[in-house]
Amino acid sequence: MSSVSPAKLPSRAKLPSLEGRGWGSVRQRRPKLRAGKSLAALAYPPLAPPFQGGVWLALALFLTLSACDRETRDPRGKPLPETKPSADALDPRPAAYENNAFQIAQGQRYFAWMNCSGCHFHGGGGIGPPLMDGAWRYGGSIQQIADSILDGRPNGMPSFKNKITQAQAWQLAAFVRSLSAQQGKDKLWSRGDEMSNREPPTLQDREPVAPTTPEADQAKPR
Amino acid sequence: MSGERTDRTELRDGAGLTGEILHQHLARTWSRKPGLIGWLSTVDHKEIGRRYMVTAMIFFALAGILGLVIRAQLARPDSGLITADRYNQIFTMHGTTMMFLFAVPVMEAMAIYLVPLMLGTRNISFPRLNAFSYYVYLAGGTMVWVAFLLNVGPDAGWFTYVPLAGPEFSPGKRVDFWAQMVTFTEVAALAVAVELVATILKQRAPGMSLARMPLFVWGVLVTALMIIFSMPSIALTSAMLMSDRLVGTQFFNPVEGGDPLLWQHLFWFFGHPEVYIIFIPALGFVSQITETFCRRPVFAYPAMVLSLVSIGLLAFGLWVHHMFATGLPRVGYSFYTAASMAVAIPSGIQIFCWIATIWLGRPRFRTPLLYVVAFVITFVIGGLSGVMVASVPLDLQFHDSYFVVAHFHYVLIGGAVFPLLGAFTYWFPKITGRMMSDTVGKWTLGLLFAGFNIAFFPMHMLGIMGMPRRVYTYPAGMGWDTLNMISTVGAFIVAAAVLLFVANAFASLRWGEAAGADPWEGSSLEWATSSPPPAYNFAHIPVVSSRTPLWDEGDGLPVATGLKVKHRENLLTTVLDAIPDLREPSPDPSIWSFVAAVSTTALFIGSIFTPWALVWLSIPTTAALIAWFWPKPGGALEQEAR
Amino acid sequence: MRGSRSFSLNSSPGFPGEGDRAKRGGGVLRSQRGPSTRLRLVPLPCECRGGFKRSITLLAPLLLTACDGIQSATGGDGWHGERFNSLFTLFMAVTGIAYLLVLAFLAAAVLRRRGEARYEEAGSEAPGERGITRTLIGWTAFIVAGLTILTIGSYFADRGAARAAAAPALEIRVTANQWWWDVEYVGATPQKTVRTANELHLPVGVPAHIILASNDVIHSFWIPNLAGKQDMIPGRVLDATLTPKHIGEYRGQCAEYCGIQHAHMALDVKVESRADFQRWRAAQLMPARLPATPLQKAGYTYFMSRECSACHAIAGTPASAQVAPDLTHVASRKTIAAGTLPMTRGHLYGWVADPQGPKPGNNMPYIGLEPAELHAVVAYLESLK
Repeated sequence: MSSVSPAKLPSRAKLPSLEGRGWGSVRQRRPKLRAGKSLAALAYPPLAPPFQGGVWLALALFLTLSACDRETRDPRGKPLPETKPSADALDPRPAAYENNAFQIAQGQRYFAWMNCSGCHFHGGGGIGPPLMDGAWRYGGSIQQIADSILDGRPNGMPSFKNKITQAQAWQLAAFVRSLSAQQGKDKLWSRGDEMSNREPPTLQDREPVAPTTPEADQAKPR
Repeated sequence: MSGERTDRTELRDGAGLTGEILHQHLARTWSRKPGLIGWLSTVDHKEIGRRYMVTAMIFFALAGILGLVIRAQLARPDSGLITADRYNQIFTMHGTTMMFLFAVPVMEAMAIYLVPLMLGTRNISFPRLNAFSYYVYLAGGTMVWVAFLLNVGPDAGWFTYVPLAGPEFSPGKRVDFWAQMVTFTEVAALAVAVELVATILKQRAPGMSLARMPLFVWGVLVTALMIIFSMPSIALTSAMLMSDRLVGTQFFNPVEGGDPLLWQHLFWFFGHPEVYIIFIPALGFVSQITETFCRRPVFAYPAMVLSLVSIGLLAFGLWVHHMFATGLPRVGYSFYTAASMAVAIPSGIQIFCWIATIWLGRPRFRTPLLYVVAFVITFVIGGLSGVMVASVPLDLQFHDSYFVVAHFHYVLIGGAVFPLLGAFTYWFPKITGRMMSDTVGKWTLGLLFAGFNIAFFPMHMLGIMGMPRRVYTYPAGMGWDTLNMISTVGAFIVAAAVLLFVANAFASLRWGEAAGADPWEGSSLEWATSSPPPAYNFAHIPVVSSRTPLWDEGDGLPVATGLKVKHRENLLTTVLDAIPDLREPSPDPSIWSFVAAVSTTALFIGSIFTPWALVWLSIPTTAALIAWFWPKPGGALEQEAR
Repeated sequence: MRGSRSFSLNSSPGFPGEGDRAKRGGGVLRSQRGPSTRLRLVPLPCECRGGFKRSITLLAPLLLTACDGIQSATGGDGWHGERFNSLFTLFMAVTGIAYLLVLAFLAAAVLRRRGEARYEEAGSEAPGERGITRTLIGWTAFIVAGLTILTIGSYFADRGAARAAAAPALEIRVTANQWWWDVEYVGATPQKTVRTANELHLPVGVPAHIILASNDVIHSFWIPNLAGKQDMIPGRVLDATLTPKHIGEYRGQCAEYCGIQHAHMALDVKVESRADFQRWRAAQLMPARLPATPLQKAGYTYFMSRECSACHAIAGTPASAQVAPDLTHVASRKTIAAGTLPMTRGHLYGWVADPQGPKPGNNMPYIGLEPAELHAVVAYLESLK
């Protein structure tokens, strides 16, 4: 109740018992407790009920348990296959590259270094198709995008096979997907240190991945 | 009129009501409920202060372990003990924990515990805010440590320069946890600072004019004001960093008109005063300890107070000396060189006054006073190397080298941790009722002093020999190997000393000699009550007529009476002369400050991931605050209205 | 005096490189024992030079070990370094006196009344209090005077440094990247501009104007033997002037924490005679040597058609990417990967085979070369003298 209005206090005046005699006139022994009392109070109150810290720890552990691999940036982690395993479910690459903010950021670096913006601009498209919408001519899964980068596509997309490594292609693909906010918010970036007027992917709704339609293709500005 | 009548019928302490009956009444009024709810609801400044201390010391131990890991990695060249990525997280967490989660909170903790006792009042002002600040601090520290243990620890250094810490070069949420931890600690620190200023200015014992305040309280007052003026800067800049990283603002993006140096200005405008926020309360410890063990008042009290105040003022005028290498205008540099060097004047005066106190007094060399001696020997080295780094041409060589690492460890360990451990030893009997072992204490100090100098003195040389700081390894053959190995050995000696200190504390808690109210024959009011103090601190409010009341009043300390005993009430006095002014109701225990802290925690952590957390989680926070401020039925307000 | 420094002057014509090093009896890089050995820099035996340096050594025992490293602030091998040494001597003198005074007073105070035990009458003036007050005033005056001297000394040293920057004869652009240095010797025309990386050659006695920039985060340009540091901040162009005084090899290192491989961002500095420098510059200006042996030719083919040329440039070849160090004369440099490994065949193999081993987290990817490809690429790189 720290916010009591002092105006309402009748005790605004000097303390009654002090007024008459002037404060300080009541002399007493030092106001310490009897020795027995103070030693009885020695029983030190427990610093924390046993589970006090544990609650916090458990809660935080629960909330962030999956964070470990999302932020790991061991450049020499366990080797990943370069070709697709027999079943989709066995392919560790989509999770390894998509679920990791560091891999996406490496893709951002290579996107600038490999001059992807030369055709795709900063994802908005120009000479090449836009990358920040959900429409994909050759498929929008990370595997398909990595394939597009490595193999090239008709109408100008060059092949980067043997120019960049498999890992770099997957990092680039993860970054390309982040342009349309395909990953979780905790892995997306807000901006690069560059000129840009796009909405930050962290604020953007995830664009549903779909093949391009004839209507959409026609609606595009020429 | 009617209110006056109510007052008359209310039970008050005084001639008619004293001794055992008074104790029973006050104990009932000021104690908290038992059980977990009661534990979480407490608003007793001593209980919160103890929790703050223990938590801060746990963070100290954790950060110390990280320091040992760093030293182990650097003991040999080309060491492969830990990976580069882990090392970068570790040194960032070491600095962050030491600065934000240990040093500032532990000084606040000591102030929270001691200031009301030294002022002769029954509780801190705004005690629910005090409890809130503790839970927020605990949550922030826990959050960043859990993140670190999950490999999401911040890795951009404790001052987190952009653009390295920006969205492009620090992907993921690592730096966000750091920035939000700063938010937690600054909320906690600002809350405590406001309480302390209000307590010191309005709740001093009658007669304790500003000129009669113990020097520790002066230090706390200066520190709290510094927190109030410097923390908004880091609050602003960490919010800017968060919003750059979360919603794509351009504060620090040079291409879009932002400026990376803006971060450095705003950070160091906080960061430099921060050092003094840690250091000034430590000066207060030194003054109290020196006074008690030299059995005379500290020499030149007015000079001491003026020195404290001028250090506090100068601290705001020298942040640019962290930025001498950034290419700012050279004429400006000269100003900051002069300002940085000027700090040596008040510091030098204080050093002189303490030594003069020893010279003039009859010193008893118990452990706390030996800590003061160790403090003088080490801190002066740190201060003088500080004079060196204030010079632009010298700093351009020393900046970001191990010389600077040595410098600030000398200032912060020599200048703050030594006095802190001395202060723990000194006030341990007051807090626990038992004495710490003096023999073990002296061994601890000897070990600490030796280990500290072995660990950190070679770093001066390493810096001059060109070893940059924050490197996870270094090549062999640079001439750095031996000194690094010596430094590592010293670090482990320091760790042994800290272990010995902790063991001494625990053993003394159990088997220590009972202390009694005033084991050291101290001069200030905290020694006038029992050890540990009762929930209400003082049966009657003491009255003061000198700077050293317990020495001057002999056995009979005059008291002021007339406070209610069935309701929590504090005596307010005037700001300058401490003339009794008002009786102010003091809040009862409440679970709502804990609930508000939990809700605030959810809001802060949530806003790492989505800006919408700010909106939605402000609803439960507001609800908790409303419940917190809800007038108590039958409480003071209603009584007054009757 | 100067000649006693045991670096041999490279007066022979030709390129500084293996032969030169061999002549020095393996002094610089003698301890490459196995592939696991990282860079070992073994400075040649040195002795302290110069009067003021000796006085520092006397004043400050802490400097004894700091004598003349290749990365030492007290090396005094440049114009700024000399100023630094004299200013540092002044600071050591003043602060040393202050510290001794404090220690003496503390010792006297502690020993003065040890064992005496009685209460001081509070409030009464203790004997000697008046004298102490006078001493306090004197002490304060001493601090103020000392600080004034230091501030003025520091101010003039700083002004002098600013003036010294006035007349540069050589312009060098150094751009920092995570975690390497891009170095460009600006010529009259673009054709006369030399581009290299992680290595700085300076002619002795000539003020060199260094234009500093950064491509990503804040770095700091620091060659302790020559001058203090200067940050490199994205969005800003800053500069520094280096005037080396002594011929020798030095080492600089990034001084502002810049990310995971901050520890491995060094810069080799070679100060040489003007003639040597001109020869070096002329050689650097040449396009890369053509591959001679079949193995080198295979390496050339691999380099130009595969991952290498996507990032690296080699002048006179199709490889012209700008995002990684220029490799035109890479084999003439002292180290690999910004001071991470010494330039030897073994380390070159190790580096090309797995760059993430010695410098984890750097931006050169693991490619997974076949043994034949590795042999070829290393043979080609080794030929780029």
